[in-house]
Formats: sequence, C-alpha cells, structure tokens
Amino acid sequence: MRKRDRTPKTYTRLTHPLLRDSRNEPFRQASWEEALDRAARGLERNRGAFGMFSCARATNEMNYVAQKFARVVMGTNNVDSCNRTCHAPSVAGLSAAFGSGGGTSSYEEIEHTDVIVMWGSNARFAHPIFFQHVLRGIRNGARMYAVDPRRTSTAEWAESWLGLNVGTDIPMAHAIGREIIHAGLANEAFIERATTGFEEYKALVEPWTLSLAEKVTGVPARAIRELAHAYARAERAQLCWTLGITEHHNGTDNVRALINLSLLTGQVGRYGAGLQPLRGQNNVQGGGDMGAIPNRLPGFQDILDPDSRLKFESAWDTVIQPHYGLNLTEMFEAMEEGSLRAVYCIGENPAQSEADSEQAVRRMKQLDFLVVQDIFLTRTAELADVILPATAGWAETDGTTTNSERRVQRVRRAVTPPGEAREDIDIICELAARLGHDWKYADAETVWNELRSVSPDHYGMTYERLEEHQGIQWPCPSTDELEPTYLHGRLWEKDPAGRGMPAPFGIVQHDPPVDLTDEEYPIRLTTGRRLDSYNTGVQSGGYASPLRRGEYIELCPEDAERYGVVVGEEVQVSSRRGSVVAPVWVDTALRPGLAFMTMHFPDEVDTNQLTIEANCPIAGTAEFKASAIRIEKLPVATIVR
Amino acid sequence: MTVTPLGIPRRLLEFTIDGEPVRAPEGSTVLDACRAAGKDVPTLCEGDTLRPKNACRVCVVEVEGSRTLVPACSRRAEPGMEVRTDSERARHSRKIVLELLASSVDLSTTPQVAEWIKAYEAKPDRFGPDAARLDEEPKVDNALYVRDYDKCILCYKCVDACGDQWQNTFAISVSGRGFDARIAVEHDAPLTDSACVYCGNCVEVCPTGALSFRSEFDMRAAGTWDESAQTETTTVCAYCGVGCSLTLHVQDNEIVKVTSPHDNPVTHGNLCIKGRFGYQHVQNRD
Repeated sequence: MRKRDRTPKTYTRLTHPLLRDSRNEPFRQASWEEALDRAARGLERNRGAFGMFSCARATNEMNYVAQKFARVVMGTNNVDSCNRTCHAPSVAGLSAAFGSGGGTSSYEEIEHTDVIVMWGSNARFAHPIFFQHVLRGIRNGARMYAVDPRRTSTAEWAESWLGLNVGTDIPMAHAIGREIIHAGLANEAFIERATTGFEEYKALVEPWTLSLAEKVTGVPARAIRELAHAYARAERAQLCWTLGITEHHNGTDNVRALINLSLLTGQVGRYGAGLQPLRGQNNVQGGGDMGAIPNRLPGFQDILDPDSRLKFESAWDTVIQPHYGLNLTEMFEAMEEGSLRAVYCIGENPAQSEADSEQAVRRMKQLDFLVVQDIFLTRTAELADVILPATAGWAETDGTTTNSERRVQRVRRAVTPPGEAREDIDIICELAARLGHDWKYADAETVWNELRSVSPDHYGMTYERLEEHQGIQWPCPSTDELEPTYLHGRLWEKDPAGRGMPAPFGIVQHDPPVDLTDEEYPIRLTTGRRLDSYNTGVQSGGYASPLRRGEYIELCPEDAERYGVVVGEEVQVSSRRGSVVAPVWVDTALRPGLAFMTMHFPDEVDTNQLTIEANCPIAGTAEFKASAIRIEKLPVATIVR
Repeated sequence: MTVTPLGIPRRLLEFTIDGEPVRAPEGSTVLDACRAAGKDVPTLCEGDTLRPKNACRVCVVEVEGSRTLVPACSRRAEPGMEVRTDSERARHSRKIVLELLASSVDLSTTPQVAEWIKAYEAKPDRFGPDAARLDEEPKVDNALYVRDYDKCILCYKCVDACGDQWQNTFAISVSGRGFDARIAVEHDAPLTDSACVYCGNCVEVCPTGALSFRSEFDMRAAGTWDESAQTETTTVCAYCGVGCSLTLHVQDNEIVKVTSPHDNPVTHGNLCIKGRFGYQHVQNRD
C-alpha cells in the first residue's frame, strides 16, 4: 500500500474581520472599524499584562513595527516569535561566544571549504537549496560528515555517518574536543589570542575519552576520531546545524559545545571556515534582528545597555523598560499564573506548534483577550476574540526578509489580497492610533529607513542597493561599501585592540533528555521535517504534492517486526503526556528503539500531544527532539451486525 | 590565514567576429563574445546555469582554419581567432538543423524558433507529412508538471539539471541508443515511482516546453494562457530560512508559474518543491 485515503484539511483565506462577544458564540463578520475598536479596547484594559507574538514569516518592516507597538504603545518588552521553538538556542549560543547571533558564514563559502560537518541537520529535506551549495562543495572535493540519529538523505552524501543516540551531542562534541587536544591538533596560537577559558575547557573534556563517548553516544570510537582529525586538520571547515541541536532542553549548551570545536581549531572568522545554523522560517533571522525578541532592540542592541535604550527612547519619544521581557515560553507560563491576560498574535499558530499542545491551548483559553491577525483561520485563531485578516507577507506586501546567511532581500507585492484583508503594518498602526499613538508610514520603505536610522548594522542597506546587489548581508554600516561575507574576522587581527572581545569557551555539561525511556515507554521518539511539507501544514497543505502521504509513525524494520505491526496499520502511540493514533511506516534509516514523526499534519495526528515541554533555561526552546513513547496494537474491532 | 579568493585576474583576448575586432576575458566562450558584441546567434541546448552540452548544433559558427563548424556555446575564445557568425556555411547548417528539428519535433512552444525558421528560410515541411515523429500523448501523471516528449529535442538539459550539475537526484536519464534515444525516468519507470522530488528544476531549464508546469499546461489546453497579460515579480520564498528568490508569474491575480533568477547568488535558478509549487495557499480565496 502506498497511499491511504486522506481528506487533508485545507485552509481558505480570511477575507473579513471576525469577532464574537463571548467565547462560546460562533464568530460573526464585522467591519474593520468595529473589529479594531474591539481589539483596542481589549488590549487597553490589559495594559501591564500584555504579550505580543510577532511573526517570523512576515517582513522585517512588519516585525519592526510590531515590536515598536509592544514597546511604545503597550510599554512592555514581552514580544517574541516562533524563533523560540527552533533556533533561539543558536542565537543565544552564538551571542554568548561572539556577541552576535547570526551564522558566521555564507552559502557560497561552503562550496570552497574542505570539510563540512552537518550536525543534527537533514538539510537535503529541510533546506534543499542550501544543500545544493553543500553538494557543490562535495563535488569540489570537500568531505562531508553527518552527525544524526537517523541515516537521513543528507547522511547518504556523507563520507561518514555518525548515528549517535538522541541527546548525546555534548558527549560527542567533548570527545571530539579531547581528541583534538590530545592529538596536538588544537590551534594554540588562535586559542591564545582569540579565546578565553581554554584551561577550564580542557579539564571539562578530559573525562570524555573516545571509549566513554562510544558507550554514551553509540558511535564507534574510530568514527569519532576520524571526524575530530578531519575537522582539525582541514584548512577550512564548516560546521552546520539545525534543530537536532537546538530543540533540546539544553539546546543552548549543545550550541556552545559545537562552537567550542571551532574555537579549538580556529575554524571561524575566515573565508570558508565558520558556523552555520540553518534557520527554519523565511524571516526568523530578521524577526530577531528587528527586535521582535524580549531582550534585544532592533539591530540586536541589548536592552540592558543604557546607551542603546537612550537612543531608542529619543528616537521613539518613549520610555523603554530597562529589563528583559518574557519570551514565548515564559508568556505561556504567565498565562497559567494569570499575570499575562491579553495577547496580540500575528501569523503564529502556537495552538499546534508548541510542545505539549493541549497545555498550550488550555493556557490560551484562560486569556481575557486574544486578538489573532493571520491569513487563515488557524486553530489558534479559533480561540480568539477578534480575528483580523492580513496579507501574505511574501506575495502581497512590499518589504524585506533576512535569510540564514544574514542576507536582507526584497519581497514584493505580486498579487492583490482577497476581500478586505489589509497589510500587517496598516493594521498595527490603526491599533496604535486607537491607543494614542498616531504613526504615519507611507510605505514599507519608510519603515525600513526608520530602522536604518537606529540600527548601524542595517544603515548601508537602502532599498536601491538591496535591489542592485540582489540582497546584502549584515553588517552593512556603510552606504558605499560591502563587508566580507563572513563574520568575526576580527578574531584573527594581529593587534589585540582590533581583535576586540575574545570568544569564551562554553563550559557545558552533558545532560541527557528529560523524558527518559523505561520499560513503560521504551521507544525514543524524535521529530523533524519532510521534504514537501512545512511546519503545521497550514501553508504546505494548500498544494497537491505527489510525495505527500500524511502522518505516520516511522519505525525501523526490526521494531516493526518486534511489535508485530505492518506498514499502514494504525497503532496507539502514547507518551507520558498524551496519546494519538497513527499509521505505521517502516524506514530503514531508523534504528531499533528510535521512532520518527513530523508536526506537518496536526489535524490528522497531533504529534505535539506527545512531545515534552522541557525547556532550555537560557533560550526557552522545548525538547521536541526527544520524548519517550510506547506503541500498542489497536484492539481488533468486532463489528456487530 | 586564508583570505577571500578573488580568482585569477583574467586577460582580455583579442580576436575578430565578422571582421570586427572584439576583446573577451580569457575563459569565455565564442558565444559570450558574440552576445557581448550584439550578434544574434540562436541557441537551444545552451543553458546559462549549465555546462555546454553541444547537442543541438544550432549555434554553430565558422572559425578560420577549423575544418568543421564549431559550436559557439562551448568553444573557448582564443586570441587571433577569426569568427564568422553569418557566413553562408553557418547559415546553411543552422537552416538544416532547424528543418530537421522542426520536422520531427513540435516546436510550437519554443520561444523565438519561429523567427529563426523565417530568418534562415528553413522549410521543415519539405520532408513531407511522413517525417519521423514520436506521436505520443503528453504524460499527465501528477499534479505539478507535465512531460510532452513530442516537444523534446534531446538537449539533455533536464538530465544535467536533475543530475550532478544541480539537483543530484538522478531521476531523469537517457534511455535507448541512436534513433531510439529518448529522455526517460531512470529505468524507464513511471515518474511517480521514481526518485523525482518534484523540484521542477528540469522544467526551469527546458528550452521547448517539453516539460511544463501543470498550471501552464492546463491553461494552454483551455486557451487561457496569455503571457502578454502576465506580470513577473521577484520576491522571496515563504518557507524555510534559506531565502530563495522567486519570480512569480501572475495572470489575472493568480500565480500561474514560479521561476527563479538564474544569476541569483542563493538559488542559481533552482528551487525545491515547496518554493516552486507551494504557492496555492495564498490564492485559496474562497
């Protein structure tokens, strides 16, 4: 059997504002005037208990205005986006080491490197066009190593696949570090000049011998040794990672452990040598850059820095709270406590994207007021008091987005939005006006130019130049010049003053996944993406992919035999939090005790009922990659005639 | 430490095209130089994102001292060369090539070919109605793209784009030899059972419309396809964080086709299934 009968849910566009007077009523169509007034009143009465979910899918300009709305109109730093559910640990880890949260390299550089490490990343499926650059690199002679519990289609291109146990990334990284030190392959001059904390790091990794690492990670010692030597001996090496590293309860620690390897070998800050976290949404990089995160102002400027605050306070004629706001995870906790009463949710679908989705829905139902601005009536929108129909950022508005290599590129309006749908920025400004702030933005470029005036890293990027160069990578402080394609070249300066802050080694300990497997829940469930689908499927469900077969629980052939299940057979999948029914798929890329699911079809199989909300204490990202489950055959149905 | 490679500085080579002196950077092809000099040399199998294949022979030019005509698309420029793009011999050869192609293949959706046939006074009809044709129905076996091998000139661009030059999926190959050679799914299997990942990068490079988007195919069949009424707007893909440039072809406020600029530093004209085909959600308007 190849395909089963499915009637996938497809979403149609929202064309009119919707509202309801109480939560148990159905929505009714409303005029913009009425809906905006209602939304403004709902937010007004919850001043001081407000949170903003900004949108990693919308433009930089929209994110800039959204965070400004939170900070100026509502007077709070409680603004965040779905970066929290994916790459927040990468931003946190990279900023802790280098003071800047962006990937350090460019796509083109990976074509001219010698060793490529793809760690917890199935880029072949999740970032196909980035992987074309990797393939170019391989064809140019680079050796690629894949570190992933699953033998993915990325791993098929690898020189060596290191199939580690889920959640043992730190032991693996530490063992690689120890081997590099013991083999005399550490770049001592670079460590001396550009880093701090090496002695402590050396002591930290000392216990992680290759044989201990083999025991913990399940990867043969000689394979770990080979990767260590290849990475350290390469003239240039690229270390790329995705959510296999970040979606853990200690995601930031995982990121730090990988960064350590680049510091140890000097594989950063040069052309072709660097660190590349691959971002999951079209503008999740830009959303953070624009300040739609609780701890940074636009241009990645720290809220705790008085000079930065002063600059924005005079630019915006306001007072900025001198402390960090709540991140997405903390906002959900605050809903539980009752200290967060109103949410303005733009283009996000946390009812289906958060780990432990039942809990997320319950918490949102406790809100006094929820306004959702989206292009579809998502499951999150179904919980709202007011729904505002917006335009699709990428095809119906003008603006910019920022990709994984920090390249700011123009998006342009190509089609006219349906019905009365309005641009995000217009809607936010209408609400701001009703709450006493009369902002005038003629167009997206006006917003962009305001951002340029407050963010030195973006100052040199006029719309005209963005067009001319097909996008420009930040930092771009000058309107005449372009900076190198890689970051942190300063670490190689001979003059200590030019070198700036040295990069500290991250002193991080191994901490296994929170949701332990035991006799009751013997299988490790990990999650990921498929090639033709995307996130909660609201967008990708709209087109007919010949590859799509719906949601399955994927098992290795050995486990399928052990549990006596066959492809297509529906089974009960249970974790300590919830239970779903899903059909079985058999995949030889998995190993005994390891199962795989996606979150692409939550209306069929709500995988996030199984996942655990064990959060990274630094970045707030949940451990989507490791839950403990069991599978059971369904009782044979007896049909009474 | 390593620095950004600037590439080796390239010398300018001096030679002549149709008697006029030209200068072209070392390593460029005769075709590059012809285009820079504003010479109209027809091409079909040449692709700006692919290595030259020398399959169609429609770009041949005469080079002094060369026994045979040379394909401009792959021949490197050399100093002192004397190139003639419009000699009797080159024109005659192009005319025959166009006659052979147009008599055996349906070129109705090949851009510019009608002009060339006229310009070179080619008469494809002279082989009569019995000229060899594939005479095969278009293969409509999935919702995303259509294969109409009646329109295939065997230029191999799709094979290269699917293979080691870009996509590395190897779903498309050549089956058969000589007159029986044709483009097929590997092992001549049905497409839906193949390794195809529906990225559409083969459609992006097809010069004749043998491979076309299902939306275009259906609209052509219904008589509603109208390129003159379409706008092309370049924006950025709405899916993952790689940030691929998309050119949306819009007719009557509907996205009907998606391509990517071939000189884009992120995509080089390539996309994945989501970027190429995943636009429908925007226009699910009722």
